[in-house]
Amino acid sequence: MNHQTNRRARHLTLLLTLSLFGSASAQGTVKVGVLHSLTGTMSISEITVANAAQLAVDEINAGGGVMGKKIEVVKEDGASDWPTFATKAEKLLTQDKVATVFGGWTSASRKAMLPVFEKNKGLLFYPVQFEGNECSPNIIYTGAQPNQQALPALEWAMSKGYKNIFLLGSDYVYPRTANLILKKHITDMKGKLAGEEYVALGGTEFSSVINKIKAAKPDVIINTLNGDSNVSFFKQYQAAGYSAKTLPVISFSIAEQEAQSIGPALLTGQYATWNYFQSLPNAANKKFVAAYQKKYGANAAITDPMAHAYMDVYLWKAAVEKAKSFDPAAVRKAIVGISVDSPLGKITVDANGSLTQTVYTGMSGAGGQFKVIGQSKGVVAPQPYDALAFPGKTCP
Amino acid sequence: MDPVFLSGQLFTGLSVASLLLLTALGLALSFGLMRVINMAHGEFLMIGGYLTFIAAKVAGPGFLWLAFPLAFVGTALLGALLEATVIRRLYGRPLDTLLATWGISLILQQGARQIFGSTGVPVTAPDWLNGAVTVHGGPLDSLTFPYVRLFVIVLSALVLGGMWLLLSRSRFGMHVRAVNQNREMAAALGVNTRQLDMLVFALGAGIAGIAGVGLALLSPVNPAVGSAYIVNAFLVVVVGGVGSVLGAGAAALLLGFTTALAEGLTSSSLAQAIMLILVVAFLQWKPKGLIPTRSRALEDA
Repeated sequence: MNHQTNRRARHLTLLLTLSLFGSASAQGTVKVGVLHSLTGTMSISEITVANAAQLAVDEINAGGGVMGKKIEVVKEDGASDWPTFATKAEKLLTQDKVATVFGGWTSASRKAMLPVFEKNKGLLFYPVQFEGNECSPNIIYTGAQPNQQALPALEWAMSKGYKNIFLLGSDYVYPRTANLILKKHITDMKGKLAGEEYVALGGTEFSSVINKIKAAKPDVIINTLNGDSNVSFFKQYQAAGYSAKTLPVISFSIAEQEAQSIGPALLTGQYATWNYFQSLPNAANKKFVAAYQKKYGANAAITDPMAHAYMDVYLWKAAVEKAKSFDPAAVRKAIVGISVDSPLGKITVDANGSLTQTVYTGMSGAGGQFKVIGQSKGVVAPQPYDALAFPGKTCP
Repeated sequence: MDPVFLSGQLFTGLSVASLLLLTALGLALSFGLMRVINMAHGEFLMIGGYLTFIAAKVAGPGFLWLAFPLAFVGTALLGALLEATVIRRLYGRPLDTLLATWGISLILQQGARQIFGSTGVPVTAPDWLNGAVTVHGGPLDSLTFPYVRLFVIVLSALVLGGMWLLLSRSRFGMHVRAVNQNREMAAALGVNTRQLDMLVFALGAGIAGIAGVGLALLSPVNPAVGSAYIVNAFLVVVVGGVGSVLGAGAAALLLGFTTALAEGLTSSSLAQAIMLILVVAFLQWKPKGLIPTRSRALEDA
């Protein structure tokens, strides 16, 4: 008897909670997806990017939400596995019915998600620099296009007199495509290609590569290695007697967080090109860095993809408010031309769904932070298709 | 090919071989004696790397004197513990040891992630290991030999030599060989095979710990580093002849030089594929490896 009453009471509470929750989600909240690798090899980089997006959501919720609704994050784990990214994207769009998704890091994960977003008419904010050569009305590409990272880095190197260039990268789509574009421009700018070498993703043995570099005698190395391979490369590069003084390296995938795990001592004096460095002095950035470190630890390093992910949420909010709708198609239409003052400085969304943003060259210091030593003249408009490497191709 | 480049590649081959050997020796030992396919061997390497990091934190720039004993004793103790708690129960069931040690390797990786974080920890070689010997003049002008590479080569030669002495000249080694050839007979003649199993497994783990110190000087130290080396270590064991220490040495040299030559002639990413194809071809020709161990236990398997 007593037992039964208990059970009935429990059912009633459950029902009540459910109905409360249901009505709350109908009126007071809007769901968004955050889809990153929280496990597996990419989690090193992607967990912090997911954290940065969450921080922006928390801030917006504390300030009253978007159009009067609190943002509810549905977090999913892509598990560093590209088919999983597609499955989880499908789940977010069809079951959770999220208004938008923030996520992805590797080009492989993006290419796996792209058809899902196109089929379900969803909207993805992708926060990482990539190789371009792609354009979808369902993706907002906020990381650097090649002309906002790779090409400015090449121009900077040429301007410093580094004309003989060695291209070193991990063996997958981003380095191969970025280097294809770079090679066209090296020829175009009357530079010289000293050599080109790819190492399997995660590779740890660089003896042969360094031997080849020695034989090629380049002025500079442009480095598109990804992940831990950088640690091996810089250790073995220093052991072979090289330093930033004897042979500088310009990297596209080493930010503050990677610098910490490589060991700042091995990187001192080396260069990186990004749209953001933690050391940027603008007020929005100081606020972002302080808020992030308050939530995730005083020594947390903050990187370009994190700053992009953080800003993406604000960008989406601005577009929703302009469109006065959460509908992905309306938001996509409204987002063109929107400008935000972000930790990256002032950015604007171009008609092709990428950002007009500033390019910075940084030099790595003893503490693992980068000192900005060069920047583009004003903001750079995005070019998804490089005119030399992919002539005639444009965004629809 | 340019003589400087070629000599450089030969040196590369030797240094790759020495790393391969260091990572594979312990594996060869435990597989040879106990037929344990130890998937967690890479994690002993990883732990050696983390102990090196701790040594560097504690002892500062001259940390290597502390790193070696710490890494060896630390991983050997862990090896002994694993043997006593898990592996001991699975002898004679190679597939079960494979699954169990794979599980252990996942647990150890996650443990490292909890303690040290998923981002790697920085270990930098001490200053006296930074730099290189450079040849001046002659046909090999400007050929360089990095100190840290020479250090790892000497280290692995010492470990191989020590192992060989231990196995061929000591009473312990005689017991190991006896158990390897015929476990029941050795036990009947009074060898404490249980104790021996534990000692050998601990020794294998300890050598992996030492390899971890060498790796920390050249590679990242992070929770995934073990899995990056385990495949090549198994290749060395299989090509060398299962359970043979000298075979492991010869196989490491063979694979090291093959890789370096392939990398010199083609590209780094292609070289790995070429090496795998050559290994497959080699095993067709000599399925028992370079120096097969004559062991009744293995023939029965």
